[in-house]
Amino acid sequence: MAVHQPLPDLPPPPSERGIWGWFRQNLFSTWYNTIASLVVGYLLITWLAPIVNWALISAVWTGDNTDDCRPGAACWIFVQQRLGFFLYGFYPADLRWRPNIVFVLFLITVIPQFFSGAPGRKWLALFGITGLPVLAFILIKGGYFGLDPVATSRWGGLMLTLILAYVGIIAALPIGVLLALGRRSEMPVIRGICVTFIEFWRAVPLITILFMASVMLPLFLPQGVTFDKLLRALIGITLFQSAYMAEVVRGGLQAIPKGQYEAAQALGFGYWRSMRLIILPQALKIVIPGIANTVISLFKDTTLVLIIGLFDLLGAVRSTLSDPAWRSVAAEGYLFVALCFWIFCFGMSRYSQNLEKKLDTGHKT
Amino acid sequence: MADLDPIAAPVESAAADEDIIMVRDLNKWFGQFHVLKSLNLNVKKGERIVICGPSGSGKSTFIRCINHLEAHQRGEIIVDGVVLNEDLKNIEAIRREVGMVFQHFNLFPHLSVLENCLLAPIWVRKTPRKEAIEIAMEYLERVKIPEQAHKYPGQLSGGQQQRVAIARSLCMKPKIMLFDEPTSALDPEMIKEVLDVMVELASSGMTMLCVTHEMGFAKTVADRVIFMDGGECVEEGPPSTFFSNPQQQRTREFLDQILQH
Repeated sequence: MAVHQPLPDLPPPPSERGIWGWFRQNLFSTWYNTIASLVVGYLLITWLAPIVNWALISAVWTGDNTDDCRPGAACWIFVQQRLGFFLYGFYPADLRWRPNIVFVLFLITVIPQFFSGAPGRKWLALFGITGLPVLAFILIKGGYFGLDPVATSRWGGLMLTLILAYVGIIAALPIGVLLALGRRSEMPVIRGICVTFIEFWRAVPLITILFMASVMLPLFLPQGVTFDKLLRALIGITLFQSAYMAEVVRGGLQAIPKGQYEAAQALGFGYWRSMRLIILPQALKIVIPGIANTVISLFKDTTLVLIIGLFDLLGAVRSTLSDPAWRSVAAEGYLFVALCFWIFCFGMSRYSQNLEKKLDTGHKT
Repeated sequence: MADLDPIAAPVESAAADEDIIMVRDLNKWFGQFHVLKSLNLNVKKGERIVICGPSGSGKSTFIRCINHLEAHQRGEIIVDGVVLNEDLKNIEAIRREVGMVFQHFNLFPHLSVLENCLLAPIWVRKTPRKEAIEIAMEYLERVKIPEQAHKYPGQLSGGQQQRVAIARSLCMKPKIMLFDEPTSALDPEMIKEVLDVMVELASSGMTMLCVTHEMGFAKTVADRVIFMDGGECVEEGPPSTFFSNPQQQRTREFLDQILQH
């Protein structure tokens, strides 16, 4: 009987390997690709070089006021001069150690989340969504344990941006999940409530919601009852984003094959357990890109609190720019804000990609 | 299909005479469509029943009614002494005692093979984790894939996945196993490894209801074969007479169709 001999594996040809192979394959594979690559390369160099020169190389980094700035070069003096205001708003300077402690704790919880081998990562995450907000509230607001109270109207800058985004994110996700489950419920009343809620909040612009929260709500509240403007904004943002989150999560729930629900039922799992242990872990994994999308847009939407008179990072920079002394550095101001937002949003984007990779178990149904 | 020696029926015990499943006048409709028409079935402890029939005959729907994956509208189902009705407590009590194996395996893709086998014993049966691991490894051994315990379902072949699915059900120590076309989604080379596991399970005395087109399996293992068509039970009998001497014209036609090859 003949015995079949499998062919040996050979290495790929040299043109497929190394940096040169990559260039040849991707940039210079045909004559028109070569031309396109050269043109794009030329444009990049001629456009990028002046921008880099303006923003970094000939830029002015230190000084006292705009007199030290040079024409044709970026002037970063104002960032250095007004950094405290950009970071904390009107928060009293001698009490800024309190938000600083919170920020350090925030970094301690968040940074390990990027490294799968970090010890105690899950406990830190749990602390991040339970203990940290409480601790942050006590420390930043004060009024407890002998800490001087600081009114929320004095909170501002990047600190306020991060507070709004963080609370919004960790509150909107669970509410969104519950709404998504409710919308797929077999009980008509629960389904009706969830559909109405989602369709209402999703159909109204966030600006309207913030205006209503800050201007209209007090009109309807009985005399003497006030509650904090920041809190109202937070609730508005959270409910608004939870409606979006709900629809993202619903997309994931619909992608789970019916067989998964049936297998869970057949093993004797009740509704909540099968959702928590079997359906949601898969559904949420599928919609990580959508969740990241919503979270990032929530982060950026926090800038809208500007219109109800809260000074978040963008608001703080804008109010600086309206000061005649700093009027000439508007471009740098917005660039600075953009860079700050980019750092956080890019971080979230990378984290979501990390998570996707880590949770991939190679199953394609 | 390789010819296998018929397996001797398990030793009769005093309890073996009890009917573990009783189905009386079972009727079910999908909208206007009458899928199950007045079905009756008594299954004794340790009995192995094969249900066959053309597609759309209601055989899958029938066994899915037994653990209430499908609700029936008329008739009575009693499993292990518990009446199956809309009471969630009864349904979950029955599901704990009835294992099910699906055509498309339905393993949980986000969990390793071992975790698939642990999940229900730990959360539904409240078995301590350590004990649950011992039980799971024992059953993975029995379906001959203990070495795959830490892989994910997506990394296994179809036959291996189906064997894991069988092990996962067995970890709940069910009294009854339902099989819904367990080999229909498998490549020919993998059908045998799954059937071997099922034959072994049958010889251990498990009560089994199996919807399948594997007539070789039916001949070897079944105590009774039921032939369904159009939502009705057309013919029922031990494999010896069912295959060699079917009473109904419809059964004969069906057997001619599938035994040709």
